[in-house]
Order: sequence, then C-alpha cells, then structure tokens
Amino acid sequence: MVGVVVAIVWMKDLFSVVMLLGIYGLLTASFFVAMDAVDVAFTEASVGAGISTLLLLVAVAKTKRKEHPVRHKPYIALLVVIVTGALLIYGTFDMPRFGVADAPGHTHVAQRYIQDSYEEIGIPNIVTSVLASYRGFDTFGEVVVIFTAGIAVLALLSVVGGVSGVRRQSFYEQHSMYEQHKVLRIVSKILIPFILMFALYVQFHGEYSPGGGFQAGVIFAAGLILFAMLFGLSTAQRFIKIAWLQLMAALGVLIYGAVGVVSFLNGGSFLDYSVLLENPVAGQHVGIILIELGVGLTVASVITLIFFTFANRKEQYQIVDSTGE
Amino acid sequence: MLIGHYNYWVVVALMMLGFFIIIAHGNLIKKIVGLTIFQTSVFIFYISVAKLDGGTAPILAEGFTDYANPLPHVLILTAIVVGIATTALGLALTVRINEAYGSIEEEFIEKQDNQSC
Amino acid sequence: MLNHLPILQVIVPLLAAPICLFLQKPKIVWLFACVATALTFLISVLLLQQVNVSGTLVYELGGWEAPWGIEYRIDDLNALLLLIISSISAVVMWAGHISLSKELNADRHLYFYVLYLLSLAGMLGIVATGDAFNVFVFLEVSSLSAYALIALGRDRRALWASYKYLIMGTIGATFILIGIGLMYQMTGTLNMHDLATRLPEVSQTRTVFVSFAFIVVGVCLKLALFPLHLWLPNAYAFAPSLVTALLAATSTKVAIYLLIRFTFSIYGLSFSFTTLPLNVLFLVLGVLGVFVASVAAIYKRNTKRLFAYSSVAQVGYMIIGFSVGTAAGLSASLIHIFNHALMKGAIFLALGAVVYRVGSVNLSQINGLGREMPYTMAAIVIGGLSLIGVPLTVGFISKWYLIVALLENGWWPVALLVLLGSLLAVIYVWKVVESAYFKPADSDREPVKEAPLGFLIPVWVLVIANVYFGLDTRLSVGVAQAAAAGLFGVTP
Repeated sequence: MVGVVVAIVWMKDLFSVVMLLGIYGLLTASFFVAMDAVDVAFTEASVGAGISTLLLLVAVAKTKRKEHPVRHKPYIALLVVIVTGALLIYGTFDMPRFGVADAPGHTHVAQRYIQDSYEEIGIPNIVTSVLASYRGFDTFGEVVVIFTAGIAVLALLSVVGGVSGVRRQSFYEQHSMYEQHKVLRIVSKILIPFILMFALYVQFHGEYSPGGGFQAGVIFAAGLILFAMLFGLSTAQRFIKIAWLQLMAALGVLIYGAVGVVSFLNGGSFLDYSVLLENPVAGQHVGIILIELGVGLTVASVITLIFFTFANRKEQYQIVDSTGE
Repeated sequence: MLIGHYNYWVVVALMMLGFFIIIAHGNLIKKIVGLTIFQTSVFIFYISVAKLDGGTAPILAEGFTDYANPLPHVLILTAIVVGIATTALGLALTVRINEAYGSIEEEFIEKQDNQSC
Repeated sequence: MLNHLPILQVIVPLLAAPICLFLQKPKIVWLFACVATALTFLISVLLLQQVNVSGTLVYELGGWEAPWGIEYRIDDLNALLLLIISSISAVVMWAGHISLSKELNADRHLYFYVLYLLSLAGMLGIVATGDAFNVFVFLEVSSLSAYALIALGRDRRALWASYKYLIMGTIGATFILIGIGLMYQMTGTLNMHDLATRLPEVSQTRTVFVSFAFIVVGVCLKLALFPLHLWLPNAYAFAPSLVTALLAATSTKVAIYLLIRFTFSIYGLSFSFTTLPLNVLFLVLGVLGVFVASVAAIYKRNTKRLFAYSSVAQVGYMIIGFSVGTAAGLSASLIHIFNHALMKGAIFLALGAVVYRVGSVNLSQINGLGREMPYTMAAIVIGGLSLIGVPLTVGFISKWYLIVALLENGWWPVALLVLLGSLLAVIYVWKVVESAYFKPADSDREPVKEAPLGFLIPVWVLVIANVYFGLDTRLSVGVAQAAAAGLFGVTP
C-alpha cells in the first residue's frame, strides 16, 4: 500500500493517479476484511474504489489531464509533515498493543454492544445495531451530510434552464457504447437488473449479513450510472430526472427524521424505536428497516444526482458559456 | 513492542504521504487525491484499533465468543460517507474553478488573482 | 413537548431543509425558512430559561443511556452559544429575499436556503451534543454547507476561497478525527462526560498528549487563530453578504466553543494548562493575531476584507481571555463571543445593504454614502464604535471585562496591549467613516437611494441590540459568568 501511495506522489498523469487511487481503495478494503471489519470493507470497496474513482475520472475529464511539473515550497511542506508524523509516532508508544483484548477500547462501551445487543434489538449484525439504533443519530447526521453534498453540488454545477425538452447530440451519445459494443450492451442489459436486485437484497438483508442502506444505495446508484454510460446520458435522463432525484434525496432524509419524530410523539425520545410497536424488540426492528430505507433512498439518489450533474456540466458549459453570472 | 505497533507506524506513514500531497502539490485534483489518502489512512487506524486477536467479524453466530469491536466500524462507516461527500464537493469546486480561471494549478490561479487585485 | 427541546433545537432547521425542496418557489421557501429560523430562536430562548431554572439538561437520543447512546447535554455554556447562533441566523434570514435578489441568480435561491438551514443545523448540532464523534459529523454538515455557500459568491475568487477553505477545513476535521480516535483508544468511550471521568487515569500517557495536540490544532484551523487564519479573509470577502454575516457572527464562535469544551470539560483544566504551556502559547498567538490582523485590516481597500481581518483580530481577544485561565478571563471571552456576534452581524448585514444598492464595497465606492444611505452607514458606524470599544456599546463591556480579568491576574502589560489593539481598530474604522462622510461621492458612481426597509429593519435590530446589551448586561454577562463558573466548578 505504501508503494502505491508513493507512486501517487510522483505521478504527473492524473489519469494514472486516479487509477492508482482506485487500487489503493481496493487494497484498503481487503485490509479491512483481514481486520474483521466486513461492513466497512464493503463500503470502502464501493466508495473508495468505486464512486470516488468514478467522480475523480469525470472531474479529470472535465479539467486537465496533466499535472504541471512545478512543485513549490516542498521543504516547508516536508517539515510540517515530518513534525506531524513524529508527533504521531511519539503518541504510538503508549498505545495498547495491537489486537490485545484488554485494551480500553474493547472493555468499556463496546462490551455491552456485543453482549446485550441481540436481546435489546434482536438482530445478529452488531454493526447494524450500533449504527442504526445505539448511535442512530450519528447515522442521521451522515445522511444529512450526503444530502448536503448533493445539494451543494447542485448549487455549484447545475445549469440555468435545466435539461428538459432539449435533445442534443452530446459527447456521451456519440461516444456511448450503444453503437460500438453490441456485446457489452447486451451483457449489461442482462446484468443491470441483477445489480439492482442485488442492491435491494443488500438493503433488506443488512440485519443478518454485512450491508445495509448505505451500501445498497451505492450499488443501486452504480447500476443506474452503468445504464447511463451505456445508453447515453440523455437517454438515461429521460427516465431519471434530476428534479425527481432531488426530491427523492429529500424524501430519504424526511423518512429518517419522521421515524424520529413519530417516536417522540409516541412518548419515547428522538429515534427511540422501542416505542414504535408494543413489543420493544419488534419496534426496534421496524425502526431499523425504515431508517435503512431512508438511508438507501438518499444515498442512491444523491450519488446518481452528483454523477449526472457532473456529466451534464460539459455539454451545457459549451452552450451556456458559464453559470450565467 | 515492535510488532505490536508496526501497524500503527504504517498508518502514520500513509497519513503523512497523503498530508504531504495536500500541502506540497499545486494541482487541485491531486490535492483532493491527497485528502482522500489522508482520510483513508485515518480509517485504517480506527479499524486497527477495533481488531481483536482471535476475534471474528461482529456478526453474532453460534460458536463464537470473541468479536472485533463494532463501535469503530460504525464510526468509520460514517466517516467514509463524510469523506466521499467532501470529495464530491471539492471536485465540483475544481470543475468550476477550471471554468473560471482556465487552470487547476494553484500558482496560476493565485497569479491571476493578484493581477486583478 | 418541553422535555424534547434539546433535540427540537437541532431538528427543526435540519428537517426544514429537505422540506424546502418540496416548496420550490423561492419566495415561499424564504418565508418558510424565516418561520423555521424564528422557531429555532424561540426554542433556544426557552432552553436558556429551562437551564436557568433546572440546571443542566440531558437528553438521551434513541432512548439509550450514555455512553452507549448519544446524549445531548445542555448547560449554561451550550445554551448561550445556541442563543447566539439561532438569534443571528434568524435576523439575517429576514433580509434574505431582498439581498439575494441582487446577489444570486433566481434558480440558485432554493439551494441557498437549503444550505443555509443545513449550516445552521450543523452548528447547533455541534454545540448541543455531548458526544465527541457526533461533533465531527455535525462539523462536516455545517462545513460542507458553508463551503458551498461561500462558493455562491459572484466573484470567481469566491470559488478559489471556498476551495482553500475546504482543504483547510477538511484537514482540521481530520485532525480532530485522529484526536478523537486516540482518545477512544485510551478510554473506550466517546461520550464527553464519560471521557472527562476516564481521561485522568491515563492522562500521563503520550497518546493522550498527542490526541490533545491534534484536537487543538484541528480546532484552531477552524477557528482561524493566527497563523492559521489565511483561509478566512477571502472566504468572508467574496461570499454572498448574507453568508458573510452568518459565518462571521457564528462559525468561529462554534470553534471557540469546541476549544473551551475540550480544554476545560474534557481534558480538564489541570491537564490542559499545567501539563502543557498552552496558556502561554495561546496568549502569544492571541496578541500576535490582534496586531497582525489589525494592521493588515488598515491596508485593505475592500471593506468586507477589512472587517474580515478585524474578525481575525477579534478572535485574538477571545483567545487572550481564554488563555488567562481564570473564571474571570473565560467569562470575558464568552461575553466577547456574544458581543462580537452582534457587532459583526450588524456590520456585515449593513455592508450587504451597500452591496444591494451600490454593487461593491470598495472604499472608493462608498465615498459620500453617508448622505445617500444615512441609516445604513450609521449602522456601520455604530458597529464600528462597538468594535473599538466605545462606552455605551457592547464592545466596551467586552473590553472592560477582559482588562479587569487581565489585571486581576497581574498581566498588566497584556492589558496595555489590548488597549493598543483598540487604537488600531480606531484607525481602520476611521477609514470607513472618512470615506462615507468626509469624501465627495465618486463621479463615476450613480447616486443611490437608502436601502429598502426590509433590509434596514434586520440591520437596525442588530444595531439596537449592540446598544441595548451595552447598557443592560444582565443577560450576556450573567449567563457568561454562570457558564464560566460551571466550567471551573465541579467538572461537569
């Protein structure tokens, strides 16, 4: 991994840098598997190696491919980095040893999650229990972050006038694989429904196996993006409108929030799923399914939204010059 | 001692490489790549903290009593999402900057700004 | 419903944001956002009252008791900060529709309101929460929306300023994340209250020391403490006026809150100030910040930048009060946080009115504006007097308590320096006054009318607050002293 990163430092070709970053993401994901963090590995693989690589590629395509060779003030930078690094190394000396069971991190709060979560929440995946219930508010914050990013990208990159109605011969259509790669098209036509199905499986099976709303959302979005790449952006956008995606993203946040509000109207505190049904454990279960649905909805729509907004940019930039200011 | 902390040292090395890219490079996309590496290495640190020798993935199953610590996993799931959100916004800004300045190199942008000031 | 106030404080603006997207029409969205922010303000008033009556409020999210779940813990300090943030944002929002009509394309208005509400909710979330990791999450909510809001400025430099802020801010947030991770590794908990009880056991380890260092540096990046302030002036100068007013009045305050919370409540006074020479370091940086930034402000021709540098200087005063390390010093800092929010809110909002009429805030452009826009310029003057610390304004109260705290500690040279800093403020405020009242209007600038009433009312609400709280200090000083006493008393 260090090798890959060192290569990234030296490379000037941004395209290769992005590819290497993708590899780095995959390596990280496999490291997470070795560390028994399957849920995180799943997410890192889809985000680090998937979505962020994709976004970077789109951005490179929209800007410039080569890095300018001049590198300035490397000595100051080196100094700052060495000081910070030395401080961190200094800090590691008093750390509990790697992997030992009596480290404070394992013995205090985490004990209860491992021992009692099955009785209190009734699902075997502890990560999901903690994520959705014990620390459900963090996850709510996370959904809001991704929603914020979606709105922020729209605010920056969406273009005056919108896309509706105008049909343009775009870069993507000319170069879409629709014409050139018949085999690819047919294979993926068959594949896309399966990807979407798999996303739904991950969505609703998160309590038992790794996965959940976030990962499902990413996979679903990946399916839609694949569709857009194969059949051209404007074809895809005739079926999936940015305006709808925007509302879907908002709806996801609202579903999550509504679960919280309902639970305090029922006499619990915010996001206390136990009061949703008479049986607290069943209530927890219903609550988790609902909020995971909210998460999945927001994530899928925001990621698709961000991709479309980025991809639209170039075409419209040529037509409208700038943002219209 | 050495083996006990080896993992953390690798993390520190990765972190600092990422950090170096952010500070020393003038290319805006490269900076964001550096940011991603920096953040990812922090994730690796958290996950290393969660590891338990002889433990297994934190999904309850018969026959296992030792599990990796689920809490850092949860935190990092959240942090990954935050990271991608930041990346997306940073790239959106980069695209706009490229349109407005015709460059994604820090120096050229600063030069243009100084002229217009 | 009353016992749900702590969470309502945050989720009202948070849920209002997605609802905006369903309303579509900018004018309706604006009205809706006004109602939402006004409601948020009302809640914060009620919260402050409740804290006064019944002491610290604890609210367990999801019904899980801390440290397993996340809790909201509101004491005097939190309540004060919540009040500042929600009041300023509510007032600034009134001017929203008018100001945006000149500064932003109509199709962006909707997103502006959504991001504004999200940014507000994020800041409130940081302040209200009692969980260290939750701080990180909401920090990102507020920062991401702030980056986007800044980038909406008309000048292309707004984009570049926003990008730089994004890089600095993310480094800061990641540093905080590293610090939180190290703390967790040593204590096994993320709850602030629980951390405070468990950290002393391990406080002598190098890991805890490093975690503290990372959190402090991370927060200082967000705080724009000299010399980490470089991102701030341009970000404030090129953002849309409303955003400048909101951020200048609130966002650095949130960072100072975090600094206070981490040093006093979590790591504890003895660790922060005796193990490390932190107070000396902060004192030096604070004083340097005051002088370097004030001098820089004098040379600026763009008034928004001028006052942005002045913000960096004012952060210096807050840090000086903080570094004294006594209850009096801390309450002086808190009083200044409250008062500075009022001053800068008023000044930047009034500058927004200038932008609305004139289109620019360069000193040469505001020549002679004192006659053309008397009420707006009068507001800027009163805000400026308050910055200097003239009696009858809030600025005087801040300076008074700060100097008393310094003298109590026997730090009279520092007190002198503070007075000297005020003289520098006189110079840069004078430059604005001189242009507005004593120079003839430029011939190439069209004569303008006074700003519309919809703009003047919010500006003057803030100006009157500047004077009112300069006379009646029961609220600001009372709560600040109670909060400081709470932090110095039994560790919460």
